[in-house]
Amino acid sequence: MTKHTLSVLVENKPGVLARIAGLFSRRGYNIDSLAVGPTESPDVSRMTIVVAVDDSPLEQVTKQLNKLVEVIKIVELDGSSSVSRELLLVKVRADADARGHVLDAVQLFKAKVVDVAPDAMTIQVTGNADKLADFLRVLEPFGVRELVQSGMVAIGRGSRSISERSARPVAIPAPPAAS
Amino acid sequence: MAEQDSGPGAEARITGAQSLVTSLESAGVEDIFGIPGGAILPAYDPLFDSKIRHILVRHEQGAGHAAQGYAAATGKVGVCMATSGPGATNLVTPIADAHMDSLPMVAITGQVGASMIGTDAFQEADIRGITMPITKHNFLVTDPAEIPQTIAEAFHIASTGRPGPVLVDVAKSALQAMTTFRWPTELNLPGYRPVTRPHSKQIREASKLILEARRPVLYVGGGVIRSGAAKELRVLAEATGMPVVTTLMARGAFPDSHPQHLGMPGMHGTVAAVAGLQKSDLIISLGARFDDRVTGNLDSFAPGAQVIHADIDPAEIGKNRHADVPIVGDAREVIADLIIALNAEAEQGNRGDYESWVAFLAGIKKQYPVAYDAPTDGSLSPQYVLERLGRIAGPEAIYCSGVGQHQMWAAHFVGYENPNTWINSGGLGTMGFSVPAAMGAKVGRPDSTVWSIDGDGCFQMTNQELATCAINDIPIKVAIINNESLGMVRQWQTLFYNERYSNTDLHSKRIPDFVKLADAYGCVGLACDSPDDVDATIEKAMSIDDQPVVVDFRVHRDAMVWPMVAAGTSNDEIKYARDLAPKFDEDDL
Repeated sequence: MTKHTLSVLVENKPGVLARIAGLFSRRGYNIDSLAVGPTESPDVSRMTIVVAVDDSPLEQVTKQLNKLVEVIKIVELDGSSSVSRELLLVKVRADADARGHVLDAVQLFKAKVVDVAPDAMTIQVTGNADKLADFLRVLEPFGVRELVQSGMVAIGRGSRSISERSARPVAIPAPPAAS
Repeated sequence: MAEQDSGPGAEARITGAQSLVTSLESAGVEDIFGIPGGAILPAYDPLFDSKIRHILVRHEQGAGHAAQGYAAATGKVGVCMATSGPGATNLVTPIADAHMDSLPMVAITGQVGASMIGTDAFQEADIRGITMPITKHNFLVTDPAEIPQTIAEAFHIASTGRPGPVLVDVAKSALQAMTTFRWPTELNLPGYRPVTRPHSKQIREASKLILEARRPVLYVGGGVIRSGAAKELRVLAEATGMPVVTTLMARGAFPDSHPQHLGMPGMHGTVAAVAGLQKSDLIISLGARFDDRVTGNLDSFAPGAQVIHADIDPAEIGKNRHADVPIVGDAREVIADLIIALNAEAEQGNRGDYESWVAFLAGIKKQYPVAYDAPTDGSLSPQYVLERLGRIAGPEAIYCSGVGQHQMWAAHFVGYENPNTWINSGGLGTMGFSVPAAMGAKVGRPDSTVWSIDGDGCFQMTNQELATCAINDIPIKVAIINNESLGMVRQWQTLFYNERYSNTDLHSKRIPDFVKLADAYGCVGLACDSPDDVDATIEKAMSIDDQPVVVDFRVHRDAMVWPMVAAGTSNDEIKYARDLAPKFDEDDL
């Protein structure tokens, strides 16, 4: 099974996240990561969903997602033509002796210290999944006390926008004449 | 100054409840099946004055199945209404059923007041959450201003594309609040754009395969019924000479009397229909979904066939079986385009050569007809009852069945010539579907004779709607195929559980007395337990038009449904009767 990144534009309405999460669970697809947030349009939210499936089930995933009335558009982003990022906040044990070593790692990974306590530091780092994994491996020997990680967000490279195709209103058929 | 007249265009201040009823009228609703209760109560007040006919049922499940029967018989959107909590949850089964069988339905439910939502209030259930996986779409309305737009969208979604159920849950506070009514002129559904026109390139590819094929078969599903494509299908079949199979959902889409018709395929399909798919080199699937009851074991299903798969729902294409030529579109438009393309080819002298294939299948059809062994002890065989019912009531009548043995016998032995005359619960397999569905069908098509064909097990799940029928002048007729057991389960126990009949004996020849039960419900009750009385009993039932009729056909309990492909096995393993496998050789092709 390979990982696929889907960018899903949805109507910004209550319950839409439950619809999508429910669809994945009832059809037996596993979500690796999911991130939801606003877009340039207030009526539209964007989800980035990472799903591990083979190609033929992936087609089913996108077709089933497309059937949801509130799903406007789905684009699969591949690694080479898109940029993807995750955010990690990690609380690592760092007393006076270890602090310098931890700060070296922070600098090396272009991470950022966001909170300091006498015996610990909280570090923020962004990047793709590989970079975050590498960073954690480096921090592990110091003692990771707590960590929290966001879902992946991704965007296509180049000048074209995912939402260039405008949403069309549907003409409503006239009701049958009253008899 | 007195208040000005408020015509349809003027925006008078009305309650959300009035707005809801006016919206339903504007959507063209004529009939609603439902039961009032606390949260939906405000809506029932303006409904009292509406031109909409509301039929008060005895259980919300009956309302839902009635809306389904109405939709299946008329093609229009069926509407049911219930209150919050238990009223709404009682609609869950019919909603799931309509979702599986692609029936256009709108369910309106009351919800507790907006400020109470999420507090575990009295009769609160998150029906929008509960029905998310079993509706085409659903809405929760807490703002009364959104009522007209939501109702318009609900009817549009339910009736277009692949039809399906839509639930609109309306908070009581929204029904009570003051608002204005304006019927929308535009829908705001940016994510909903069903494709109905097939792509011309795919039609060309399909025509090419049809002409090249030597053993093609038209695999016709319920989509042909829903899209109203029976006429076009007949033209296509007759122009090409291709054999036709109609699934359980498509019975009536092609006349059973037609020589090209091989019957119903699948687990209990005819040998000819199963062989027609199994040995084909090209399956032209029209509005069908390669359901497991049709394909049996998927890996060994029609191993030599290429597939043209036309469906209005892209997600059905390639879901179970790879499609060599996928076509997204409405069945009627797809078939119409195929006719044009194949006619153009025929004018150039290009026609398919299916002669030996057609002859091969005709041989199988003749050798293995739909048949049964009549019991030798003079008891009544269920197949005989259905055969006679079909002959006497005729192909213009509407037949609604429950689920189980009687359903399979009804599918095989009644004989269907017209679309929308066979109504059953195919995908979900809901016992208890028949009586309320027949009630709905009769409301939708009052001039047609409507027969409910039910088992004694199914009948006891929803027969309370006989009261609704008797009181509201809905004279359906019910044929109970009473074998005093859960017959299909019993058949499996016979075949696969060493005849250990665990919990399948219903004793329904003793309790209840169906004739008395019919009488108690204000219906005419008849009973029949001898083959000699079948015709007279059916004719008696046919002669009563002012009251519902219930006939207790007390049949032989060991009759089984044949042919049969055991669950999970290959369609090649079909048995014509117990321990009797049909013989057909590839050499005959």
